[in-house]
Amino acid sequence: MASAAQRRIKSISYAKYGYMFIAPFFLVYCFFQIWPLIYTFILSFQGNQANNGQWVGLDNYNTILFGEGMAAGAADLRGEFLQSLGNTFILWFGNFIPQILLSLLLAVWFTDATVKLPGKGFFKVVMYMPNIITAASVAALYVNLFGDSKYYFINATLMNMGLAEPIAFVSDPVISKIMVMFIQTWLWFGNTMIMLMSGIMGINPSLFEAANIDGANSRQVFFRVTLPLLQPIMVYTMITSMIGGLQMFDIPFLYHTGANFDRDLETVAVFIYYNFNKGTVEQANYGYAGAASIIIFVITALLGSFTFYFNRDKDEIAKKKQRKRAMKQYKARMKQGGLSL
Amino acid sequence: MKNMKQQYGQPKDNYHARIMAKSIAIFCVCILLTLICLVPIYILAVNATHGHMDLAKNPSNFWFGSSIGDNFDTLLGKVKTGAARQYSGSFDVVQGYVNSLLIAGCTTGLTVFFSAMTAYGLTVYDFKLRGAAYTLIITVMMIPMQVSSAGFVRFMYSLGLINNFIPLIVPAIAAPAVVFYMRSYMKSSFPLDIVEASRIDGCGEFRTFLTIAIPMMKPAIAVQAIFAFVANWNNFYTQNMILKSDKLATMPIMVTKVLGFDKNVDYGVNYLCVTLSILPIVVIYFCLSKFIVGGVALGGVKE
Repeated sequence: MASAAQRRIKSISYAKYGYMFIAPFFLVYCFFQIWPLIYTFILSFQGNQANNGQWVGLDNYNTILFGEGMAAGAADLRGEFLQSLGNTFILWFGNFIPQILLSLLLAVWFTDATVKLPGKGFFKVVMYMPNIITAASVAALYVNLFGDSKYYFINATLMNMGLAEPIAFVSDPVISKIMVMFIQTWLWFGNTMIMLMSGIMGINPSLFEAANIDGANSRQVFFRVTLPLLQPIMVYTMITSMIGGLQMFDIPFLYHTGANFDRDLETVAVFIYYNFNKGTVEQANYGYAGAASIIIFVITALLGSFTFYFNRDKDEIAKKKQRKRAMKQYKARMKQGGLSL
Repeated sequence: MKNMKQQYGQPKDNYHARIMAKSIAIFCVCILLTLICLVPIYILAVNATHGHMDLAKNPSNFWFGSSIGDNFDTLLGKVKTGAARQYSGSFDVVQGYVNSLLIAGCTTGLTVFFSAMTAYGLTVYDFKLRGAAYTLIITVMMIPMQVSSAGFVRFMYSLGLINNFIPLIVPAIAAPAVVFYMRSYMKSSFPLDIVEASRIDGCGEFRTFLTIAIPMMKPAIAVQAIFAFVANWNNFYTQNMILKSDKLATMPIMVTKVLGFDKNVDYGVNYLCVTLSILPIVVIYFCLSKFIVGGVALGGVKE
């Protein structure tokens, strides 16, 4: 039995407090995120540099996608944008595949109860460590270790061991891409491993036990039990990583020597950044940057809706359905009651 | 015993030996990966203690040198060389630490407080737009910063907020991923009866949140505070597009400036700069690693 006070409290509506508690979040979000997003959309239809603020319709999209815009270097800009889009996918793919394979292997090993592994906690801590280091510093670190000439650590060490010519780890278009993939893997494999480990530990242990009793070897357990049950987490990891990959900026932007970034490593994020920094703050290539942003946004939105679909709050959906059904029944009863009256 | 062996036969194909072999192989792979993670950092620290002349002669050092004092003198501009002027002009260690700490500290405070508040609002109260608000939050979690950055910079310019910390600090109030995490934490370990009990005792809604909910959410707040601090300390992209003046430069910006030098480069000082920029984060990490590694899986969202 509820007391009188409890009943009275139940009858008070607290809804307005709910709005008050979430208001700061949404106000700030609209001001600093939603409006800049809409503004980017508007900017993508406006001119560049001296033409900032002038309406140009689809000219920017025409320029960076088809090279048919009004600007003098339209074809070059298109080449640059398409190259940056290609680079983004190459760099993402090249770091995601080794990263997921390595993380999956480690996650399976770390959660395997039969394997006796001393210092498991230490390994996890060390493997996650690269992820918390400033990406800008990581780029600086690798440039200083892998510099092109014999005055840098890796080349000097290799030449001490008998290498004749220094390797161009930073300026060679192919090797530098491989290096960026390696750095990205180095940064992220610990994070992915821990995510996958939590996924594996969420699997009912009696399934592994049953498989063991039935005489399954570890390969069979992995392919027949772990992997199928891990699928939602794998999809989630893949899509978040892909969205993260689309914004890959720090390492490709900074992995170079000298003043300018390396064209062979230019990702879409670098393209956007470079364009809205071209010129002064009041007059920059906001149009091209905006158009590239919107293209990336569309790709992200498609991927994001995927993730959303895989991560629905299933309890909430079931509850909602139940509530709807109850409401329908209630209405039907009311109708019946109304008729009988 | 003998009976059993007769009945069941020998244990099949050396089960224990195989497990041992597998464990040793896995251990070796783990040691290798540990080395790959730690050696670059170690080499960085080692080279920061070698002088420029030393490094030019032999850049391949595996043990600490004795020139760290000289490198510091160059970095702090205590000697009168071209390299010293260049480094002390763009890499002001104290200023960099102060600016980074100011930004990371303020954003962390705002992020955890307002995220806890939003999560509290979404869990405790039942209102019409609750479902829509939550859906919106987990949808916008997916929008990358880069997408709106062109509009963001232009908008901040029109408000006169370029070279100002406000565009870096205030947006921290809206951190969808943290709200998402805090909400799931509240759902699993915050009994709503407590709110009702405090109402009966005559406690106001905000006081309930401040004095009852916040202390109960301490574990979640601690984990998210660490992540928010690290993320904001490391945030090079946003800082670099808003902060153009040397006086306001943060640690990541200063490191990239050093990276861009092509004249008068002093390799020892270069290594020292990078070391200084990652030192606080690495120290914090090894002190709090238990919480961090435990919190990663729960956070579940990549930056």
